[in-house]
Amino acid sequence: MRVGRGLSRSSPRPYGRSRGRSQKVPWLYLAPALVLLGGLLVYPIYQLGLISFFEYTQAQVSGGEPTTFQGFGNYAELFSDSQFWQVLLATVVFAAACVVSTLAVGCALAVLLTRVRAVPRLALMLAALGAWATPAITGSTVWLFLFDPDFGPLNRLLGLGDYSWTYGRLSAFFLVLLEVVWCSFPFVMVTVYAGIRAVPAEVLEAAALDGASQWRIWRSVLTPMLRPILVVVTIQSVIWDFKVFTQIYVMTNGGGIAGQNLVLNVYAYQKAFASSQYSLGSAIGVVMLLILLAVTLVYLRLLRRQGEEI
Amino acid sequence: MRSVTWFRRPWRLFAEASALLIAVVVAFPLYWMVLSAFKPAGEIESSEPRPWTAAPSLDSFRRVFEQNEFGRYFLNSLVVACSVVIVSALIAFLAATAVTRFRFRFRTTLLIMFLVAQMVPVEALTIPLFFLMRDFGQLNTLGSLILPHIAFSLPFAIWMLRGFVKAVPEALEEAAYIDGASRSRFLWQILFPLVFPGLVATSVFSFISAWNDFLFAKSFIISDTSQSTLPMALLVFYKPDEPDWGGVMAASTVMTIPVLIFFVLVQRRLVSGLGGAVKD
Repeated sequence: MRVGRGLSRSSPRPYGRSRGRSQKVPWLYLAPALVLLGGLLVYPIYQLGLISFFEYTQAQVSGGEPTTFQGFGNYAELFSDSQFWQVLLATVVFAAACVVSTLAVGCALAVLLTRVRAVPRLALMLAALGAWATPAITGSTVWLFLFDPDFGPLNRLLGLGDYSWTYGRLSAFFLVLLEVVWCSFPFVMVTVYAGIRAVPAEVLEAAALDGASQWRIWRSVLTPMLRPILVVVTIQSVIWDFKVFTQIYVMTNGGGIAGQNLVLNVYAYQKAFASSQYSLGSAIGVVMLLILLAVTLVYLRLLRRQGEEI
Repeated sequence: MRSVTWFRRPWRLFAEASALLIAVVVAFPLYWMVLSAFKPAGEIESSEPRPWTAAPSLDSFRRVFEQNEFGRYFLNSLVVACSVVIVSALIAFLAATAVTRFRFRFRTTLLIMFLVAQMVPVEALTIPLFFLMRDFGQLNTLGSLILPHIAFSLPFAIWMLRGFVKAVPEALEEAAYIDGASRSRFLWQILFPLVFPGLVATSVFSFISAWNDFLFAKSFIISDTSQSTLPMALLVFYKPDEPDWGGVMAASTVMTIPVLIFFVLVQRRLVSGLGGAVKD
Protein backbone atom coordinates (compact mmCIF):
# COMPACT_ATOMS: atom_id res chain seq x y z
CA MET A 1 0.00 0.00 0.00
CA ARG A 2 1.66 3.15 -1.10
CA VAL A 3 -0.56 5.41 0.91
CA GLY A 4 -2.70 3.54 3.33
CA ARG A 5 -6.08 4.97 3.61
CA GLY A 6 -5.77 3.38 7.02
CA LEU A 7 -7.48 0.10 7.35
CA SER A 8 -11.04 1.00 7.84
CA ARG A 9 -12.79 0.34 11.06
CA SER A 10 -16.39 0.57 9.96
CA SER A 11 -17.73 -2.35 8.05
CA PRO A 12 -19.82 -1.78 4.96
CA ARG A 13 -23.47 -2.50 5.18
CA PRO A 14 -25.26 -4.63 2.66
CA TYR A 15 -27.19 -2.55 0.18
CA GLY A 16 -29.04 -4.19 -2.62
CA ARG A 17 -32.76 -4.44 -2.69
CA SER A 18 -32.71 -8.21 -2.80
CA ARG A 19 -30.15 -10.33 -1.04
CA GLY A 20 -29.61 -12.75 -3.87
CA ARG A 21 -28.82 -10.01 -6.32
CA SER A 22 -26.42 -8.14 -4.11
CA GLN A 23 -24.34 -11.30 -3.79
CA LYS A 24 -23.72 -11.30 -7.52
CA VAL A 25 -23.33 -7.60 -8.20
CA PRO A 26 -20.03 -7.10 -6.35
CA TRP A 27 -18.43 -9.93 -8.31
CA LEU A 28 -19.67 -8.34 -11.51
CA TYR A 29 -17.96 -5.09 -10.50
CA LEU A 30 -14.82 -6.95 -9.55
CA ALA A 31 -14.67 -9.09 -12.67
CA PRO A 32 -12.54 -6.82 -14.92
CA ALA A 33 -10.01 -6.22 -12.16
CA LEU A 34 -9.80 -9.89 -11.26
CA VAL A 35 -9.43 -11.02 -14.87
CA LEU A 36 -6.58 -8.58 -15.50
CA LEU A 37 -4.82 -9.37 -12.25
CA GLY A 38 -5.26 -13.09 -12.79
CA GLY A 39 -3.87 -13.00 -16.30
CA LEU A 40 -1.08 -10.48 -15.85
CA LEU A 41 -0.03 -10.90 -12.26
CA VAL A 42 -1.00 -14.29 -10.81
CA TYR A 43 -0.36 -16.34 -13.93
CA PRO A 44 3.07 -14.75 -14.60
CA ILE A 45 4.07 -15.44 -10.99
CA TYR A 46 3.17 -19.08 -11.53
CA GLN A 47 5.12 -19.08 -14.81
CA LEU A 48 8.10 -17.45 -13.16
CA GLY A 49 8.22 -20.26 -10.63
CA LEU A 50 7.78 -22.84 -13.37
CA ILE A 51 10.55 -21.51 -15.61
CA SER A 52 12.94 -21.44 -12.67
CA PHE A 53 12.64 -25.23 -12.40
CA PHE A 54 13.34 -25.90 -16.07
CA GLU A 55 16.28 -25.57 -18.35
CA TYR A 56 15.30 -22.58 -20.44
CA THR A 57 17.84 -20.87 -22.66
CA GLN A 58 17.94 -19.56 -26.22
CA ALA A 59 17.77 -23.11 -27.59
CA GLN A 60 14.50 -23.85 -25.80
CA VAL A 61 13.00 -20.47 -26.61
CA SER A 62 13.51 -20.95 -30.33
CA GLY A 63 12.19 -24.51 -30.04
CA GLY A 64 15.46 -26.14 -31.04
CA GLU A 65 15.69 -28.22 -27.90
CA PRO A 66 13.05 -29.61 -25.60
CA THR A 67 12.68 -28.05 -22.17
CA THR A 68 13.95 -30.33 -19.46
CA PHE A 69 12.99 -30.40 -15.84
CA GLN A 70 15.86 -29.38 -13.62
CA GLY A 71 14.38 -29.60 -10.17
CA PHE A 72 16.37 -27.28 -7.97
CA GLY A 73 19.29 -27.41 -10.42
CA ASN A 74 19.00 -23.74 -11.36
CA TYR A 75 18.88 -22.72 -7.73
CA ALA A 76 21.87 -24.91 -6.93
CA GLU A 77 23.78 -23.26 -9.76
CA LEU A 78 22.74 -19.82 -8.56
CA PHE A 79 23.60 -20.42 -4.92
CA SER A 80 27.01 -21.84 -5.77
CA ASP A 81 27.85 -18.72 -7.77
CA SER A 82 29.78 -16.30 -5.58
CA GLN A 83 28.61 -13.38 -7.73
CA PHE A 84 25.00 -14.06 -6.70
CA TRP A 85 25.84 -13.71 -3.01
CA GLN A 86 27.85 -10.60 -3.70
CA VAL A 87 24.92 -9.06 -5.62
CA LEU A 88 22.43 -10.10 -2.92
CA LEU A 89 24.57 -8.48 -0.23
CA ALA A 90 25.00 -5.32 -2.32
CA THR A 91 21.23 -5.15 -2.91
CA VAL A 92 20.39 -5.47 0.78
CA VAL A 93 23.01 -2.95 1.92
CA PHE A 94 22.17 -0.50 -0.86
CA ALA A 95 18.41 -0.74 -0.24
CA ALA A 96 18.93 -0.30 3.51
CA ALA A 97 21.08 2.78 2.95
CA CYS A 98 18.47 4.24 0.58
CA VAL A 99 15.59 3.55 2.98
CA VAL A 100 17.36 5.05 5.99
CA SER A 101 18.47 8.16 4.07
CA THR A 102 15.07 8.67 2.43
CA LEU A 103 13.20 8.36 5.72
CA ALA A 104 15.63 10.60 7.58
CA VAL A 105 15.49 13.34 4.93
CA GLY A 106 11.73 13.00 4.39
CA CYS A 107 10.79 13.08 8.09
CA ALA A 108 13.20 15.90 8.92
CA LEU A 109 11.79 18.04 6.12
CA ALA A 110 8.22 17.19 7.09
CA VAL A 111 8.93 18.55 10.58
CA LEU A 112 10.62 21.58 9.04
CA LEU A 113 7.49 22.21 6.96
CA THR A 114 5.37 22.48 10.09
CA ARG A 115 7.69 25.14 11.50
CA VAL A 116 7.73 27.65 8.66
CA ARG A 117 5.27 30.12 7.19
CA ALA A 118 3.46 29.73 3.88
CA VAL A 119 6.07 31.02 1.39
CA PRO A 120 9.03 28.84 2.34
CA ARG A 121 6.65 25.95 2.79
CA LEU A 122 5.25 26.37 -0.70
CA ALA A 123 8.75 26.71 -2.16
CA LEU A 124 9.93 23.48 -0.56
CA MET A 125 6.71 21.70 -1.43
CA LEU A 126 6.92 22.69 -5.11
CA ALA A 127 10.60 21.76 -5.37
CA ALA A 128 9.81 18.38 -3.82
CA LEU A 129 6.87 17.82 -6.17
CA GLY A 130 9.20 18.57 -9.07
CA ALA A 131 11.69 15.96 -7.89
CA TRP A 132 8.85 13.50 -7.29
CA ALA A 133 7.42 14.03 -10.76
CA THR A 134 10.75 13.58 -12.54
CA PRO A 135 10.81 10.23 -14.35
CA ALA A 136 13.47 7.87 -13.01
CA ILE A 137 15.26 7.79 -16.34
CA THR A 138 15.55 11.55 -16.78
CA GLY A 139 16.49 11.91 -13.11
CA SER A 140 19.29 9.42 -13.71
CA THR A 141 20.68 11.20 -16.75
CA VAL A 142 20.47 14.61 -15.06
CA TRP A 143 22.33 13.45 -11.95
CA LEU A 144 24.95 11.79 -14.15
CA PHE A 145 25.41 15.07 -15.97
CA LEU A 146 25.64 17.04 -12.70
CA PHE A 147 28.50 14.79 -11.61
CA ASP A 148 30.08 14.41 -15.04
CA PRO A 149 33.89 14.50 -14.71
CA ASP A 150 34.34 16.73 -17.75
CA PHE A 151 31.36 19.06 -17.96
CA GLY A 152 29.46 18.66 -14.70
CA PRO A 153 29.09 21.61 -12.32
CA LEU A 154 29.36 19.60 -9.11
CA ASN A 155 32.96 18.50 -9.55
CA ARG A 156 33.93 22.15 -10.14
CA LEU A 157 31.97 23.21 -7.08
CA LEU A 158 33.56 20.54 -4.91
CA GLY A 159 37.00 21.04 -6.44
CA LEU A 160 37.27 17.40 -7.47
CA GLY A 161 38.80 18.01 -10.90
CA ASP A 162 37.93 15.19 -13.29
CA TYR A 163 37.14 12.63 -10.59
CA SER A 164 34.89 9.96 -12.12
CA TRP A 165 32.04 9.03 -9.79
CA THR A 166 30.98 6.00 -11.78
CA TYR A 167 34.41 4.40 -11.87
CA GLY A 168 34.70 3.26 -8.27
CA ARG A 169 32.18 0.80 -6.86
CA LEU A 170 31.27 2.75 -3.73
CA SER A 171 31.20 6.18 -5.34
CA ALA A 172 28.94 4.86 -8.11
CA PHE A 173 26.56 3.36 -5.55
CA PHE A 174 26.68 6.65 -3.64
CA LEU A 175 25.77 8.65 -6.74
CA VAL A 176 22.80 6.34 -7.41
CA LEU A 177 21.79 6.65 -3.76
CA LEU A 178 21.73 10.44 -4.05
CA GLU A 179 19.42 10.22 -7.05
CA VAL A 180 17.15 7.66 -5.38
CA VAL A 181 16.85 9.75 -2.21
CA TRP A 182 16.22 12.88 -4.27
CA CYS A 183 13.29 11.36 -6.13
CA SER A 184 11.77 9.35 -3.26
CA PHE A 185 11.99 11.64 -0.21
CA PRO A 186 9.07 13.84 -1.43
CA PHE A 187 6.59 11.00 -0.97
CA VAL A 188 7.76 10.49 2.62
CA MET A 189 7.81 14.21 3.30
CA VAL A 190 4.31 14.92 1.97
CA THR A 191 2.76 11.88 3.66
CA VAL A 192 4.37 12.49 7.06
CA TYR A 193 3.57 16.21 6.83
CA ALA A 194 -0.08 15.40 6.12
CA GLY A 195 0.02 13.04 9.09
CA ILE A 196 1.42 15.66 11.47
CA ARG A 197 -1.20 18.16 10.31
CA ALA A 198 -3.92 15.60 10.98
CA VAL A 199 -3.01 15.38 14.68
CA PRO A 200 -5.75 17.35 16.47
CA ALA A 201 -4.55 20.66 17.89
CA GLU A 202 -6.33 19.96 21.18
CA VAL A 203 -4.10 16.98 21.84
CA LEU A 204 -0.97 19.09 21.50
CA GLU A 205 -2.45 21.91 23.56
CA ALA A 206 -3.46 19.51 26.29
CA ALA A 207 0.05 18.11 26.39
CA ALA A 208 1.54 21.61 26.51
CA LEU A 209 -0.86 22.63 29.30
CA ASP A 210 0.18 19.58 31.28
CA GLY A 211 3.71 20.97 31.10
CA ALA A 212 5.17 18.54 28.60
CA SER A 213 8.39 19.71 26.96
CA GLN A 214 8.85 19.89 23.17
CA TRP A 215 10.88 16.71 23.20
CA ARG A 216 8.37 14.99 25.42
CA ILE A 217 5.49 15.95 23.11
CA TRP A 218 7.40 14.50 20.19
CA ARG A 219 8.32 11.30 21.91
CA SER A 220 5.11 10.55 23.76
CA VAL A 221 2.38 12.16 21.68
CA LEU A 222 3.35 12.63 18.04
CA THR A 223 5.48 9.56 17.44
CA PRO A 224 2.83 7.08 18.64
CA MET A 225 0.16 8.89 16.63
CA LEU A 226 2.31 8.87 13.51
CA ARG A 227 3.29 5.24 13.88
CA PRO A 228 0.83 3.85 11.31
CA ILE A 229 2.05 6.36 8.72
CA LEU A 230 5.68 5.68 9.52
CA VAL A 231 5.05 1.96 9.05
CA VAL A 232 3.47 2.62 5.65
CA VAL A 233 6.25 4.85 4.34
CA THR A 234 8.96 2.55 5.67
CA ILE A 235 7.53 -0.57 4.08
CA GLN A 236 6.87 1.29 0.85
CA SER A 237 10.43 2.59 0.75
CA VAL A 238 11.82 -0.88 1.44
CA ILE A 239 9.84 -2.24 -1.48
CA TRP A 240 10.78 0.55 -3.88
CA ASP A 241 14.45 0.64 -2.99
CA PHE A 242 14.87 -3.10 -2.99
CA LYS A 243 13.86 -3.30 -6.62
CA VAL A 244 15.62 -0.27 -8.05
CA PHE A 245 16.27 -0.91 -11.71
CA THR A 246 16.30 2.16 -13.95
CA GLN A 247 18.72 4.22 -11.88
CA ILE A 248 21.31 1.45 -11.62
CA TYR A 249 20.88 0.43 -15.23
CA VAL A 250 21.26 3.92 -16.65
CA MET A 251 23.71 5.49 -14.20
CA THR A 252 26.15 2.60 -14.04
CA ASN A 253 25.55 1.57 -17.63
CA GLY A 254 23.97 -1.82 -16.98
CA GLY A 255 25.56 -2.72 -13.67
CA GLY A 256 28.90 -0.99 -13.54
CA ILE A 257 32.39 -2.04 -14.58
CA ALA A 258 32.56 -5.85 -14.47
CA GLY A 259 29.14 -5.89 -12.81
CA GLN A 260 30.40 -4.18 -9.65
CA ASN A 261 27.15 -2.20 -9.22
CA LEU A 262 24.67 -4.96 -9.96
CA VAL A 263 21.58 -5.29 -7.79
CA LEU A 264 19.22 -8.29 -7.96
CA ASN A 265 16.79 -6.72 -10.39
CA VAL A 266 19.44 -5.71 -12.92
CA TYR A 267 21.25 -9.01 -12.37
CA ALA A 268 18.08 -10.96 -13.24
CA TYR A 269 17.56 -8.82 -16.34
CA GLN A 270 21.14 -9.28 -17.51
CA LYS A 271 21.02 -13.03 -16.95
CA ALA A 272 17.72 -13.40 -18.82
CA PHE A 273 17.87 -10.90 -21.64
CA ALA A 274 21.58 -10.33 -22.17
CA SER A 275 22.81 -13.91 -21.77
CA SER A 276 19.52 -15.71 -22.58
CA GLN A 277 19.62 -17.74 -19.36
CA TYR A 278 15.93 -17.28 -18.71
CA SER A 279 15.76 -19.98 -16.06
CA LEU A 280 18.53 -18.43 -13.98
CA GLY A 281 16.92 -15.00 -14.35
CA SER A 282 13.62 -16.49 -13.18
CA ALA A 283 15.29 -18.13 -10.19
CA ILE A 284 16.67 -14.70 -9.19
CA GLY A 285 13.17 -13.28 -9.63
CA VAL A 286 11.76 -15.95 -7.32
CA VAL A 287 14.38 -15.09 -4.69
CA MET A 288 13.34 -11.40 -4.91
CA LEU A 289 9.69 -12.33 -4.71
CA LEU A 290 10.25 -14.41 -1.57
CA ILE A 291 12.27 -11.69 0.14
CA LEU A 292 9.59 -9.06 -0.54
CA LEU A 293 6.88 -11.51 0.51
CA ALA A 294 8.65 -11.83 3.86
CA VAL A 295 8.69 -8.03 4.17
CA THR A 296 4.96 -7.97 3.37
CA LEU A 297 4.20 -10.54 6.06
CA VAL A 298 6.06 -8.45 8.61
CA TYR A 299 3.99 -5.49 7.44
CA LEU A 300 0.69 -7.34 7.82
CA ARG A 301 1.71 -8.44 11.32
CA LEU A 302 2.55 -4.86 12.27
CA LEU A 303 -0.83 -3.72 11.00
CA ARG A 304 -2.55 -6.44 12.97
CA ARG A 305 -0.64 -5.57 16.11
CA GLN A 306 -1.92 -2.03 15.75
CA GLY A 307 -5.31 -3.61 16.12
CA GLU A 308 -6.58 -2.38 12.78
CA GLU A 309 -9.22 -4.31 11.02
CA ILE A 310 -9.45 -4.51 7.27
CA MET B 1 -0.12 27.82 12.10
CA ARG B 2 -0.41 26.45 15.55
CA SER B 3 3.00 24.81 15.66
CA VAL B 4 4.64 28.19 15.15
CA THR B 5 3.43 29.25 18.56
CA TRP B 6 5.62 26.71 20.25
CA PHE B 7 8.63 27.91 18.40
CA ARG B 8 10.89 30.82 19.16
CA ARG B 9 11.33 33.58 16.66
CA PRO B 10 15.02 33.43 15.72
CA TRP B 11 14.62 29.71 15.31
CA ARG B 12 11.73 30.21 12.96
CA LEU B 13 13.79 32.53 10.78
CA PHE B 14 16.57 29.98 10.76
CA ALA B 15 14.07 27.25 9.83
CA GLU B 16 12.63 29.35 7.02
CA ALA B 17 16.07 30.16 5.64
CA SER B 18 16.97 26.45 5.65
CA ALA B 19 13.66 25.55 4.01
CA LEU B 20 14.35 27.99 1.17
CA LEU B 21 17.94 26.81 0.81
CA ILE B 22 16.84 23.17 0.70
CA ALA B 23 14.17 24.05 -1.87
CA VAL B 24 16.91 25.54 -4.06
CA VAL B 25 19.10 22.45 -3.67
CA VAL B 26 16.19 20.11 -4.47
CA ALA B 27 15.16 22.13 -7.50
CA PHE B 28 18.73 22.55 -8.77
CA PRO B 29 18.92 19.32 -10.84
CA LEU B 30 15.73 20.28 -12.68
CA TYR B 31 16.98 23.83 -13.20
CA TRP B 32 20.26 22.51 -14.56
CA MET B 33 18.43 20.14 -16.89
CA VAL B 34 16.32 22.89 -18.44
CA LEU B 35 19.26 25.30 -18.52
CA SER B 36 21.51 22.80 -20.29
CA ALA B 37 18.79 22.04 -22.80
CA PHE B 38 18.85 25.71 -23.83
CA LYS B 39 22.62 26.18 -23.75
CA PRO B 40 24.48 26.29 -27.06
CA ALA B 41 26.78 23.32 -27.62
CA GLY B 42 29.94 25.28 -26.81
CA GLU B 43 28.70 26.21 -23.36
CA ILE B 44 27.67 22.67 -22.45
CA GLU B 45 31.00 21.15 -23.35
CA SER B 46 32.91 23.67 -21.33
CA SER B 47 35.09 22.87 -18.37
CA GLU B 48 33.85 26.04 -16.66
CA PRO B 49 30.09 25.44 -16.49
CA ARG B 50 28.13 28.54 -15.54
CA PRO B 51 24.69 28.55 -13.92
CA TRP B 52 23.24 30.82 -16.61
CA THR B 53 23.47 31.17 -20.34
CA ALA B 54 24.12 34.29 -22.34
CA ALA B 55 22.86 32.91 -25.64
CA PRO B 56 19.92 30.51 -25.21
CA SER B 57 19.45 28.35 -28.26
CA LEU B 58 17.01 25.74 -29.48
CA ASP B 59 19.69 23.66 -31.22
CA SER B 60 19.44 20.76 -28.80
CA PHE B 61 15.66 20.60 -29.11
CA ARG B 62 15.97 20.75 -32.88
CA ARG B 63 18.41 17.84 -32.80
CA VAL B 64 16.02 15.88 -30.59
CA PHE B 65 13.00 16.40 -32.80
CA GLU B 66 14.96 15.70 -35.97
CA GLN B 67 16.12 12.39 -34.60
CA ASN B 68 14.13 9.63 -36.27
CA GLU B 69 10.54 9.91 -35.18
CA PHE B 70 11.00 11.47 -31.76
CA GLY B 71 7.51 12.94 -32.09
CA ARG B 72 6.18 9.49 -32.68
CA TYR B 73 7.85 8.15 -29.53
CA PHE B 74 6.35 11.03 -27.62
CA LEU B 75 2.93 10.16 -28.97
CA ASN B 76 3.44 6.47 -28.15
CA SER B 77 4.31 7.36 -24.57
CA LEU B 78 1.26 9.56 -24.35
CA VAL B 79 -1.02 6.84 -25.75
CA VAL B 80 0.34 4.28 -23.29
CA ALA B 81 0.08 6.57 -20.26
CA CYS B 82 -3.39 7.89 -21.10
CA SER B 83 -4.86 4.45 -21.85
CA VAL B 84 -3.46 3.14 -18.59
CA VAL B 85 -4.82 6.08 -16.60
CA ILE B 86 -8.33 5.93 -18.06
CA VAL B 87 -8.84 2.17 -18.15
CA SER B 88 -7.32 1.49 -14.74
CA ALA B 89 -9.32 4.32 -13.16
CA LEU B 90 -12.59 2.88 -14.47
CA ILE B 91 -11.78 -0.68 -13.47
CA ALA B 92 -10.47 0.37 -10.06
CA PHE B 93 -13.58 2.48 -9.47
CA LEU B 94 -15.83 -0.52 -10.06
CA ALA B 95 -13.72 -2.78 -7.87
CA ALA B 96 -13.45 -0.22 -5.07
CA THR B 97 -17.23 0.19 -5.13
CA ALA B 98 -17.63 -3.57 -4.83
CA VAL B 99 -15.38 -3.89 -1.80
CA THR B 100 -16.71 -0.86 0.06
CA ARG B 101 -20.41 -0.88 -0.72
CA PHE B 102 -21.14 -4.58 -0.56
CA ARG B 103 -20.63 -7.29 1.95
CA PHE B 104 -19.89 -10.67 0.43
CA ARG B 105 -17.89 -13.79 1.08
CA PHE B 106 -14.12 -13.56 0.60
CA ARG B 107 -14.26 -9.77 0.78
CA THR B 108 -11.56 -9.55 3.44
CA THR B 109 -9.47 -12.18 1.68
CA LEU B 110 -9.67 -10.16 -1.52
CA LEU B 111 -8.61 -6.98 0.25
CA ILE B 112 -5.59 -8.69 1.76
CA MET B 113 -4.73 -10.06 -1.67
CA PHE B 114 -4.89 -6.58 -3.17
CA LEU B 115 -2.55 -5.44 -0.42
CA VAL B 116 -0.11 -8.28 -1.04
CA ALA B 117 -0.31 -7.72 -4.81
CA GLN B 118 1.07 -4.23 -4.31
CA MET B 119 4.22 -5.71 -2.87
CA VAL B 120 4.98 -7.98 -5.82
CA PRO B 121 8.14 -6.80 -7.57
CA VAL B 122 6.65 -6.51 -11.03
CA GLU B 123 10.11 -6.20 -12.52
CA ALA B 124 10.70 -9.82 -11.55
CA LEU B 125 7.78 -10.76 -13.81
CA THR B 126 9.43 -9.36 -16.93
CA ILE B 127 10.57 -12.81 -18.03
CA PRO B 128 7.20 -14.64 -17.87
CA LEU B 129 5.43 -11.55 -19.24
CA PHE B 130 7.86 -11.52 -22.15
CA PHE B 131 6.84 -15.08 -23.05
CA LEU B 132 3.17 -14.32 -22.45
CA MET B 133 3.34 -11.36 -24.83
CA ARG B 134 5.22 -13.43 -27.35
CA ASP B 135 2.61 -16.20 -27.25
CA PHE B 136 -0.17 -13.70 -27.79
CA GLY B 137 1.72 -11.94 -30.57
CA GLN B 138 1.84 -8.75 -28.55
CA LEU B 139 5.59 -8.19 -28.62
CA ASN B 140 6.52 -4.93 -30.30
CA THR B 141 3.07 -3.47 -29.76
CA LEU B 142 1.96 -0.75 -27.40
CA GLY B 143 -0.53 -3.26 -25.95
CA SER B 144 2.38 -5.13 -24.38
CA LEU B 145 3.10 -2.00 -22.34
CA ILE B 146 -0.49 -0.92 -21.68
CA LEU B 147 -1.90 -4.20 -20.38
CA PRO B 148 0.69 -4.97 -17.68
CA HIS B 149 0.67 -1.39 -16.45
CA ILE B 150 -3.10 -1.40 -16.10
CA ALA B 151 -2.95 -4.62 -14.13
CA PHE B 152 -0.10 -3.49 -11.88
CA SER B 153 -1.65 -0.14 -11.07
CA LEU B 154 -4.96 -1.70 -10.02
CA PRO B 155 -4.22 -3.00 -6.49
CA PHE B 156 -2.92 0.35 -5.29
CA ALA B 157 -5.66 2.31 -7.05
CA ILE B 158 -8.35 0.12 -5.49
CA TRP B 159 -6.84 0.60 -2.03
CA MET B 160 -6.64 4.33 -2.41
CA LEU B 161 -10.12 4.69 -3.90
CA ARG B 162 -11.77 2.72 -1.10
CA GLY B 163 -11.60 5.73 1.17
CA PHE B 164 -13.08 8.06 -1.41
CA VAL B 165 -15.97 5.71 -2.17
CA LYS B 166 -16.63 5.20 1.52
CA ALA B 167 -16.75 8.94 2.10
CA VAL B 168 -19.92 9.20 0.01
CA PRO B 169 -22.79 9.05 2.51
CA GLU B 170 -24.88 5.91 2.44
CA ALA B 171 -28.04 7.97 2.80
CA LEU B 172 -27.38 9.34 -0.67
CA GLU B 173 -27.51 5.87 -2.13
CA GLU B 174 -30.72 5.02 -0.32
CA ALA B 175 -32.28 8.29 -1.42
CA ALA B 176 -31.32 7.58 -5.03
CA TYR B 177 -32.96 4.17 -4.94
CA ILE B 178 -36.08 5.55 -3.30
CA ASP B 179 -36.26 8.08 -6.11
CA GLY B 180 -36.23 5.16 -8.48
CA ALA B 181 -32.67 5.35 -9.81
CA SER B 182 -31.30 2.10 -11.14
CA ARG B 183 -28.07 0.67 -9.79
CA SER B 184 -26.05 1.64 -12.85
CA ARG B 185 -27.56 5.10 -12.87
CA PHE B 186 -26.50 5.59 -9.26
CA LEU B 187 -23.06 4.19 -10.05
CA TRP B 188 -22.23 6.40 -13.03
CA GLN B 189 -24.29 9.54 -12.49
CA ILE B 190 -24.06 9.98 -8.74
CA LEU B 191 -21.17 7.99 -7.28
CA PHE B 192 -18.70 8.47 -10.13
CA PRO B 193 -18.75 12.31 -10.16
CA LEU B 194 -18.43 12.36 -6.37
CA VAL B 195 -15.42 10.04 -6.40
CA PHE B 196 -13.81 11.77 -9.36
CA PRO B 197 -11.34 13.89 -7.31
CA GLY B 198 -10.11 10.68 -5.75
CA LEU B 199 -9.73 9.13 -9.19
CA VAL B 200 -7.57 12.06 -10.25
CA ALA B 201 -5.31 11.75 -7.21
CA THR B 202 -4.98 8.02 -7.82
CA SER B 203 -4.29 8.44 -11.51
CA VAL B 204 -1.08 10.35 -10.78
CA PHE B 205 0.51 7.12 -9.70
CA SER B 206 -0.63 5.06 -12.66
CA PHE B 207 0.36 7.86 -15.05
CA ILE B 208 3.83 8.05 -13.59
CA SER B 209 4.43 4.33 -13.58
CA ALA B 210 3.33 4.04 -17.21
CA TRP B 211 5.10 7.19 -18.44
CA ASN B 212 8.35 6.35 -16.67
CA ASP B 213 8.43 2.72 -17.60
CA PHE B 214 11.80 1.72 -18.91
CA LEU B 215 12.16 -1.98 -18.19
CA PHE B 216 9.07 -3.21 -20.06
CA ALA B 217 9.71 -0.88 -22.98
CA LYS B 218 13.26 -2.15 -23.18
CA SER B 219 12.23 -5.81 -22.93
CA PHE B 220 9.04 -5.99 -25.00
CA ILE B 221 9.71 -3.51 -27.81
CA ILE B 222 12.69 -5.28 -29.25
CA SER B 223 12.69 -4.93 -33.00
CA ASP B 224 9.96 -2.54 -34.12
CA THR B 225 11.32 0.86 -33.13
CA SER B 226 8.22 2.64 -34.41
CA GLN B 227 6.54 1.36 -31.24
CA SER B 228 9.26 2.67 -28.93
CA THR B 229 8.48 5.04 -26.12
CA LEU B 230 10.37 8.09 -24.86
CA PRO B 231 12.85 6.41 -22.49
CA MET B 232 14.35 4.49 -25.41
CA ALA B 233 14.54 7.64 -27.53
CA LEU B 234 16.37 9.40 -24.74
CA LEU B 235 18.99 6.68 -24.59
CA VAL B 236 19.82 7.28 -28.25
CA PHE B 237 21.55 10.47 -27.16
CA TYR B 238 23.14 8.88 -24.18
CA LYS B 239 26.09 6.87 -25.34
CA PRO B 240 28.20 6.11 -22.29
CA ASP B 241 31.48 6.94 -23.99
CA GLU B 242 30.47 10.13 -25.67
CA PRO B 243 27.07 11.35 -24.57
CA ASP B 244 25.44 14.24 -26.40
CA TRP B 245 24.56 16.05 -23.16
CA GLY B 246 22.66 18.83 -24.90
CA GLY B 247 20.45 16.28 -26.63
CA VAL B 248 20.01 14.20 -23.49
CA MET B 249 19.01 17.25 -21.45
CA ALA B 250 16.61 18.51 -24.13
CA ALA B 251 14.98 15.08 -24.46
CA SER B 252 14.82 14.79 -20.67
CA THR B 253 13.14 18.18 -20.48
CA VAL B 254 10.57 17.14 -23.07
CA MET B 255 9.93 13.94 -21.16
CA THR B 256 9.65 15.60 -17.75
CA ILE B 257 7.35 18.46 -18.71
CA PRO B 258 4.12 16.46 -19.22
CA VAL B 259 4.55 14.84 -15.80
CA LEU B 260 5.25 18.22 -14.21
CA ILE B 261 2.13 19.69 -15.81
CA PHE B 262 0.09 16.74 -14.61
CA PHE B 263 1.48 17.15 -11.09
CA VAL B 264 0.83 20.86 -10.95
CA LEU B 265 -2.74 20.31 -12.16
CA VAL B 266 -3.57 17.69 -9.56
CA GLN B 267 -1.21 18.98 -6.87
CA ARG B 268 -3.88 20.23 -4.51
CA ARG B 269 -5.95 17.09 -4.90
CA LEU B 270 -2.90 14.93 -4.46
CA VAL B 271 -1.89 16.51 -1.17
CA SER B 272 -5.46 16.53 0.13
CA GLY B 273 -5.90 12.97 -1.14
CA LEU B 274 -2.83 11.90 0.81
CA GLY B 275 -4.04 13.93 3.77
CA GLY B 276 -7.38 12.17 3.62
CA ALA B 277 -5.58 8.90 3.12
CA VAL B 278 -3.70 9.20 6.38
CA LYS B 279 -6.40 10.81 8.50
CA ASP B 280 -9.11 8.21 8.13
